[in-house]
Amino acid sequence: MRTAAGVVAVAALLLAACGGGDAAPPDTAPAGATAPAPAADGLDGTLTVFAAASLTEVVGELATVMEQEHPRLTVRTSFAGSSDLAAQVEQGAPADVLATADERTMQRVVDAGLAADPVPFATNTLAVVTPPDDPGGVASFADLARSGLAVVVCAPQVPCGAATERLEQLTGTTLTPVSEAGSVTDVLGAVTSGQADAGVVYATDARRAGDAVRTVAVPAADGAVNTYPVAVLDDAAEPAAARAFVDLLTGPEGREVLAQAGFGAPDGS
Amino acid sequence: MSPVPRRAARRPASAGAELPRWVLAPAAVGALLVLLPLAALVLQVDWADLPALLSSEASRAALALSLRTSAAATALCVLLGVPMALVLARTSLPGLRVLRSLVLLPLVLPPVVGGLALLHAFGRRGLLGGQLEALGVSIAFTTAAVVLAQTFVALPFLVVSLEGALRTAGRRHEEVAAVLGAGPWTVLRRVTLPVVLPGLASGVVLSFARALGEFGATLTFAGSLQGTTRTLPLEVYLQRETDPDAAVALALLLVVVAAVVVVAVRGRPAL
Repeated sequence: MRTAAGVVAVAALLLAACGGGDAAPPDTAPAGATAPAPAADGLDGTLTVFAAASLTEVVGELATVMEQEHPRLTVRTSFAGSSDLAAQVEQGAPADVLATADERTMQRVVDAGLAADPVPFATNTLAVVTPPDDPGGVASFADLARSGLAVVVCAPQVPCGAATERLEQLTGTTLTPVSEAGSVTDVLGAVTSGQADAGVVYATDARRAGDAVRTVAVPAADGAVNTYPVAVLDDAAEPAAARAFVDLLTGPEGREVLAQAGFGAPDGS
Repeated sequence: MSPVPRRAARRPASAGAELPRWVLAPAAVGALLVLLPLAALVLQVDWADLPALLSSEASRAALALSLRTSAAATALCVLLGVPMALVLARTSLPGLRVLRSLVLLPLVLPPVVGGLALLHAFGRRGLLGGQLEALGVSIAFTTAAVVLAQTFVALPFLVVSLEGALRTAGRRHEEVAAVLGAGPWTVLRRVTLPVVLPGLASGVVLSFARALGEFGATLTFAGSLQGTTRTLPLEVYLQRETDPDAAVALALLLVVVAAVVVVAVRGRPAL
C-alpha cells in the first residue's frame, strides 16, 4: 500500500512537472534550411534575431530576404512576448538583434548595459475585434463599456494592456473586462472562439486574424500608439550581419513589409 | 472490532542484493536536475521584501481564490472520483479497460489541450455551452470555470490513488462482511471505505495539489481577472512581466505548498 501510494505520488509529481510547461522555449528553428551557395559577400555565419511575437510574420519574411541576399548567412529567429525576450537577453541568451513591441521593455535592456541606441522602426495601434457575427452589437470603442457585454483586454502589465488603459483615458471610457489576458494572442483567442463578445487587440493582430474576426476601427486609437524599437546587442556574435538586418528592417524594404502587415511608420507620421 | 487491516511490518533492508556502484552517478545527476532549479528559485527570493510582496492585494486575492477553487475542485473530485474508482476496481462492466484509459487521459494531456477541450464542451459556443446559455447559465469567465478546469485535471489523481488502494486491499473483508449479512451500502460504508481511507487521503492531497497548480486549462478556458479567475499560477505568470521579485515570492509559496503535499503523501507512517 505504501509503495502504491508512493508510486502514484512520484508519477503524479512527474506528470505535474511535465504538464506545467506552458512557458515553452522560444522557437529557434532556422528560417531557411537549404544549403547556401558561396557568394562574393562578406556576411556569413548565423545571425540570431529576437523579436516580439507580433513581428512574427514581418521578421520571418525579412529573415528569408536576408538569407537570399547573403547565401552564406543563416538567420535564426525567436519570437516571444517582449518581456520574456528582454529577460532572456538579460540572462545571457545568445542574440544579435532585439526588436520589442514597446520602448519601455527595450529601455530595460539598454539600462542593463546590453544594447545602445535603439532605433524606432514601426508603430502599432489598437483595434476592437468581435466574433464575425457580432453577438454583442459593437459599433464603437465606447460600446465596450455597456454592461452585460463580455469584453476581454490585455492586463495593464503587458504593452497592449498599457495601451488599452491609455485609450480608455483618451476616450473617457471605463471598461469592466471579464478577463485581463497576459498576451494579445489570448485576447484574440477568446474572441475567435466566441467566448468573448469583443476584445481589444493590436491593429496588426486584427488584420492577421482576417475573416475570423470582425474589426471595429477606433479613430481615437491613434493617440495610443506603441512604438517598436530595434537594437543590435552589445554582445552580438555577428555585429556586421546584425547591423545589416537592422538596416533592412528600417529601410524601404522593411517599411513595405511592415506596412503590409498593418504597422505604421515611426515619428507618428 | 476494527475493520482496519493489520499494518505490514516494515521490511528490513536486505544486505545480500546490492546495486552496481555506477547507478549512483546518473541518480545523482537526476537528483541535481530536480533540486538545482528549486534551489536557484529559493536563492532568488528577496527575503526582506517577502512579506510585502506576499501581502499585496493582488497576491492575497490570488491566494484566496486559489485556495477556494482548489478546495471546491477537490470536493468535486471526491464526490465524483470515489464512485468512479469503485466502479473501475469492483465491477467487470464491458469496456472498462478502455474507459479507465480514457478517464485517466487528463493525467498525461498537456493542460492547454485540456483547456481547449473544455472550451469546446462548455464554452459559450461549445457542445453544451449553447444549451446552458439558453438556460441562463453562463460559466465563461466565472470562478465556476476555474473549478471545472481544476476538477478536470485533478480527478484522475484521485481515481488512480483510490483504485490502486482498492485493488491492493482486495475483496476478502467485503466478502466476509457480505456473508455475515451486511448489505452493499453497509459493506461500502463500514468495510471498503475505512480500509482504503489512507489511499483516499493520498488522492485528496494529490488532487488538491494538482488543482492548486492548474494553469493551462484555466488560462485557456476561464480567463484571468483578479479575484474571479486569476489563480496563483496565473498571477505568477503575469507578475513575471513587470515584477519578477513578486513572481518569485509567489512561486516560493507554491513550492512550499508542493513540499507540504509531498511530505503529507510520502511522509506518513508506513501503512
